[in-house]
Amino acid sequence: MAGAQNLSQLPLGASARIKEMPRTGASFLRLREMGLLPGAMVTLVRTAPLGDPLEIRIRGYLLSLRRTEAEQVLLEA
Amino acid sequence: MPELPPHIALPGRKRPPAAVDRTPVYAIVGNPNCGKSTLFNALTGLKQKIGNYPGVTVEKKIGETYSQHGRPIKVIDLPGAYSLAARSPDEAVTRDVLLGRREDTPQPDRILCIVDASNLERNFYLLHQVLDLGRPVIVVLNMMDLAAAAGLTVHAERLEKALGVPVIPCEAVNGRGLVELKLAMSRVELPLARHRWDVPAAVAPAVAELQAALVANDGRSHLVARAEALLLLTDFDTVRVAGSTQLSGRTNQILQNWQKRWETEGTDWAGTLVGSRYEAIAQICRDIVHQTGVTGPSVSDRIDAYVVHPLWGWLILGSVMTLLFLSIFTLAEYPMNWIDEHVALLGDWVKGAMAPGDLRDLLTDGVISGVGGIITFLPQILILFFFIGLLENTGYMARAAFVVDRLMSFVGLNGKAFIPLLSSHACAIPGIMATRTIEDPKDRLVTILVAPLMSCSARLPVYLLMIAALLPGGAVPVTTKVGLMLLMYALGLGGAFGFAWLFKRTLFKGEPPAMIMELPPYRLPRLKDVALHMFERAFLFLKRAGTFILGISVVLWFLAAYPKNPDPAATPSEQVAYSYAGRTGHALEPVIRPLGFDWRVGIGLITSMAAREVFVSSMAVVFSVDHFEGGKNADITPLRRSLAEAKWPDGRRLFTPLVCLVLMVYYVFAMQCMSTVAVVKRETNSWRWPLFQLAYMTGTAWLICFVLYQAGRALGY
Repeated sequence: MAGAQNLSQLPLGASARIKEMPRTGASFLRLREMGLLPGAMVTLVRTAPLGDPLEIRIRGYLLSLRRTEAEQVLLEA
Repeated sequence: MPELPPHIALPGRKRPPAAVDRTPVYAIVGNPNCGKSTLFNALTGLKQKIGNYPGVTVEKKIGETYSQHGRPIKVIDLPGAYSLAARSPDEAVTRDVLLGRREDTPQPDRILCIVDASNLERNFYLLHQVLDLGRPVIVVLNMMDLAAAAGLTVHAERLEKALGVPVIPCEAVNGRGLVELKLAMSRVELPLARHRWDVPAAVAPAVAELQAALVANDGRSHLVARAEALLLLTDFDTVRVAGSTQLSGRTNQILQNWQKRWETEGTDWAGTLVGSRYEAIAQICRDIVHQTGVTGPSVSDRIDAYVVHPLWGWLILGSVMTLLFLSIFTLAEYPMNWIDEHVALLGDWVKGAMAPGDLRDLLTDGVISGVGGIITFLPQILILFFFIGLLENTGYMARAAFVVDRLMSFVGLNGKAFIPLLSSHACAIPGIMATRTIEDPKDRLVTILVAPLMSCSARLPVYLLMIAALLPGGAVPVTTKVGLMLLMYALGLGGAFGFAWLFKRTLFKGEPPAMIMELPPYRLPRLKDVALHMFERAFLFLKRAGTFILGISVVLWFLAAYPKNPDPAATPSEQVAYSYAGRTGHALEPVIRPLGFDWRVGIGLITSMAAREVFVSSMAVVFSVDHFEGGKNADITPLRRSLAEAKWPDGRRLFTPLVCLVLMVYYVFAMQCMSTVAVVKRETNSWRWPLFQLAYMTGTAWLICFVLYQAGRALGY
């Protein structure tokens, strides 16, 4: 868990709290509306066979998002 | 309905009964995957109508259910939405209808908000926005069985107390809770929500100012104005759709001023609003949802371990897709042949029953074969949508999109484009209809535009004929046949991906939409829902595309049958040459001669507009092959011979190997099938895109064939 900077760097199966969400970009708002907010716990469940997209667990459900989005979600150490 | 002054409609107090004695109109809203359509089907059964919201390619679903007193209640099924801050035309329509912004759909009286009990927090977000509207709301706490299975206890009564609105626990799949729901819906008066949440201080003055502006300039009621103000502030990249009334200039100005101000100050106003909603939600949920059971990896998790596995995942996907493809390709054959036979029987019967003449010909060759042509599509459409319904219902569809997304995004296609493109190898029509599952309109449009490039089954007879004509004498070696066919398929595939990439770069430029997709838990498919969905699609196809296809069939028949050759002993070949089709073929010749085709091939190109496989029987007629029986098991040897002997006026062979190859390539790329045009028009709601598709595909076909033919000639072939 330590050392993970952003969501795309989280090891498989590990969880962390979200520290900061991006403020710009096409989907920054929708990600928050789907529950990714500072303070929420997020778990990296698995990646797709080709490495992208990622599947995370947030607020009790499963969400898939691409690495380019995940890179912008900063996690607490 | 006239809004009552604020001091009467206090939250928590009951509203006085409506002045107008009609049953209220309900709108059903909810997240995707919350069981909304199951509930809608359970409430309305077969009393459903599907239409279109004018100006948008979003479907309007209206149904009727009955109150406990037996009076009809109108129910509008609004498209699933994660938030009223719309990110797609579907969500925009839901937002607009709820806010009363659409002239074609009056604001619904009451709202049924469906919430997935096993996923309460996120589902609550939409509910929270809906409660802002100040309309009577009934909360349906659906999927209670799934919540229980996940070890969650959800206290519906506590939620009802907290919100002040009726909360009905439901298991729509089992029908549990429906009676209580109908009882609640039948109530003459419904309490308004006890809903107050404190807007964060940074944003409060903006909300107040916008609210005042909306009331003053846009004629909104007090509560709706507040809800809309909150939405406007989080609707960062507003999706506007045709048919929704615009905001007044003054209100827009105020909004922009605030947005500019926050940008310079660096305040994350949108995020702040979302955050404070979730805080309010978390507070309520703390009391309502308790994790009681022990949770190990859920069943869904264990299935996913295989389904998304690097090895098994692909195998499973491959098997599912193969099954799908085989079903559309081969299984559909049986009903299709049955239909063909019976259409032919009907035609024969009419021939026997009527006197020979123009009317009879119109009926048999125009109308009956036209209708037969339409009905022939039904088996494939039904099978495809049965499959799609099954895949979506069980939750596998999301996993399939998840697995192939990386591949498809190379060319800018959505993961969900996989199934439409695969199905288009059987027939583009169900494939294009299947693009419905793609939410993003740009992605969907690009998929629709390139789908017909996938070599469909109707092209096969043309390929087979040309391959046979290519090689003089004797039987065609299997390896050559297969090789050339694969080449054609590969060309189509390559063309599709190439154009998808090109379109995404040029016409549909803009930020690629993020792939943010929920992976719902696996569920057993509900066959009733799947069947209903399947029949709906088929019915819509018949209604919308059917008339157009019939019209085109009659027109094409007319072109090939008239004007009649004055010589009564004219052979069919001479008759066709004399007809409009023949004349058009002649007129077309200068354009197609650089490709190596003459006017007789031109006739074939024209008649192919009814269906590509008609090319074969047209060639039989034009090249005077007597008693040619078309169809799958046609003996093309006599036709092959005729083609081999066909010559230009100057004596050169017409069907040289090069020309045969070029003709095949032409069929790979050209857009000919008018039925496809009809369906594209229906699915995109305009003529612009089918005409564009016609132009770009046929233009590309011409260009490639031109280069191929001229290069071939230059090389001495």
